[in-house]
Formats: sequence, C-alpha cells, structure tokens
Amino acid sequence: MLPKDFWHGFRDGTPFILVILPFGAVFGVVATEAGLNLAQVMGFSVLVIAGAAQFVAVQMMVDNAPVLIVLAASLAVNLRMAMYSASLAPHLGKISWWKRGIVSYFMVDQAYAASILKYEQSPGMTPKGKFAYYLGIVTPICPVWYGATWAGASLGTAVPAGLPIDFAVPITFLALIVPMLRSMAHVAAALVSIIGVLVFAALPFNLGLLVAALLAMMAGAEVERRITLRRQS
Amino acid sequence: MSFSTTQIWTIIVGLGLGSYLLRLSFLGIIGNRDLPEWVLRHLRYTAVAVMPGMITPLILFPQATEGTLDPVRLGAAVATVAISFMTRNATLTIFGGAAVLFALHFLMH
Repeated sequence: MLPKDFWHGFRDGTPFILVILPFGAVFGVVATEAGLNLAQVMGFSVLVIAGAAQFVAVQMMVDNAPVLIVLAASLAVNLRMAMYSASLAPHLGKISWWKRGIVSYFMVDQAYAASILKYEQSPGMTPKGKFAYYLGIVTPICPVWYGATWAGASLGTAVPAGLPIDFAVPITFLALIVPMLRSMAHVAAALVSIIGVLVFAALPFNLGLLVAALLAMMAGAEVERRITLRRQS
Repeated sequence: MSFSTTQIWTIIVGLGLGSYLLRLSFLGIIGNRDLPEWVLRHLRYTAVAVMPGMITPLILFPQATEGTLDPVRLGAAVATVAISFMTRNATLTIFGGAAVLFALHFLMH
C-alpha cells in the first residue's frame, strides 16, 4: 500500500497534466518536423526530461549550430535545476543516495515548485513523507510527458493552429508562485526576479535569468535578515 | 538540419547526462550535512527567485504573437493571479486561468 503522502502528491500533481500534455505533444511534433526520428524524439523526452531545454536544443539543431554550442545553450537553460537541487537538499538530503538519484531524474519545474510549496507549508513532514509526496507529484506528470511526446511524434498535431496553448505554462507557474508570496521577503525576491530578467534580457544563453535569480535570492535573504533584526530590537 | 546520427545522439545523451548532473549536484553532494544559516536563508527564496523571472518574458513577449504584448495572454495572466489570491487553491487556479484564457481567445478572435 502506498503512503497517504504519495496520494496527496498524486492529487496535487494531476492538474499539471493540463500543461504537460500539450507541451509534450508540441515537442513531439516540432522535433519530428525538424527531422528527428521517433527514437531520437523519445530519447530527448526520456533522457533529458526538460521541455524548455529540449526546445532550445532542437531549435539550435534546425539552425545547424555546432554540437558544442547546442549543448552549452541548452544546458544553460537547465542551470536553474542546480538551484532547485540546492533548495531541495535541506528537505531531501537525509534520504538514501539512490532515492536522491530518483528525485534528481524527475526534477522538473512542476515537481520542484509543487513539492517545495508543500514542504514549506508542512514543517512537520518527515524526509520519508517528503519523498513519498515527491513521487506522488511526478507519477501523473512524467508518464504523460513521455506519452504526449510519443503521440505528437507519431500522430502529428491534432491541436488546431492558433489556440493559445503555449500559455498553459505561465498559468500553472502563476498558480504555484502566488501562494509562495507569504512575506515581504518573498515579494521582494519575486519583484527583483521580474525586473532583473527584463534588465538582463540581452545576456546570451538565458544567463539573464540566472543573474536575475541570484540577485532575487539575495534580495529575499536580505529583507528577511532585516525583518528579523527589527523584530529582535 | 545537417547532423549525422552520431552527432544527434551525442547531443541527446550529452544534454541528458549534463541535466542529470545539474539536478543531482547539491542534492547528491550535500546529503545529510547541515548547511550554514545564511545559505539556507538564500535557498528559501529559490522558487520565488527563478519562477517569476522565467515566466515574465512568456507573459509580456509571447513568441506566438512575435513578441508583442497580447491582450488575451495578459488578461489571462492577471485573472490567474486574481483567482489564486481568492481561492488559494492551485488546481482551481490552473483550471480557472485556462478557462479565462480560452474565453478571451474566442471573444477576441
């Protein structure tokens, strides 16, 4: 029998199917049209399992960029995963190494955002419960990602052109971000992130997002430190 | 695209392996060691530091409209934030935001 934390995660992960399904299908269609065969398209979605980086890689392959440049640019898009890894470490660092290996493989944006939100709201959760919740989140997400990619690659697009399905991604992220804005420090971090990404938009390889994110983390930490100091004095 | 099969698989496997190592990085190295308080204080803001910046360009300059501000997408984003504040429920927010998105789309096209 699976623990109840798993089913809580499963329930919280299920609405993401709404995003993953069109996103995966579109990747399947785009990658196939770019000239990849079914095994290669599936290779991307199973081995890389990171939509944004996969799109960047395929786009650069269409532009015939050198192999090393394709790798550098798409890995830069995934550098944020190292930040997710650091952020999850205080919560999941105490589980066994092979479980951390599994967590790492399935570390997609939705899994990270949903689980970190849950962990912060439930300070009493054990590392074992946190792991079960994480597995619950990814269970409806990742198989749908593979299946949707396969459907897109082998069946072609059934989605009528012109529908704004690209916007499913911002909507789910907004639904995850707003509940995280619990203090002035969180609001400050979010504002610095938004302004930073616009200011540093000209940096290549998506590095603007990383600079903005680092500044935003510093802003959040600094506001928290000042609020704590003021409370103590 | 003018890549050989080997080059294509080099990209796929290289990107897969690199992404996995990035994901494993801190989780694998730190393990159950305790981090200093100032590091934890920064890490608490990772999600709100990365995600708003990630979606800001998607909201303001959608590729689907060649990077110009789109009232349908902007309206849906504002509605999504409003629904989230009112309901405090991620599932309701996702479905509500999607409903507003498609309603605006069909109203304006």
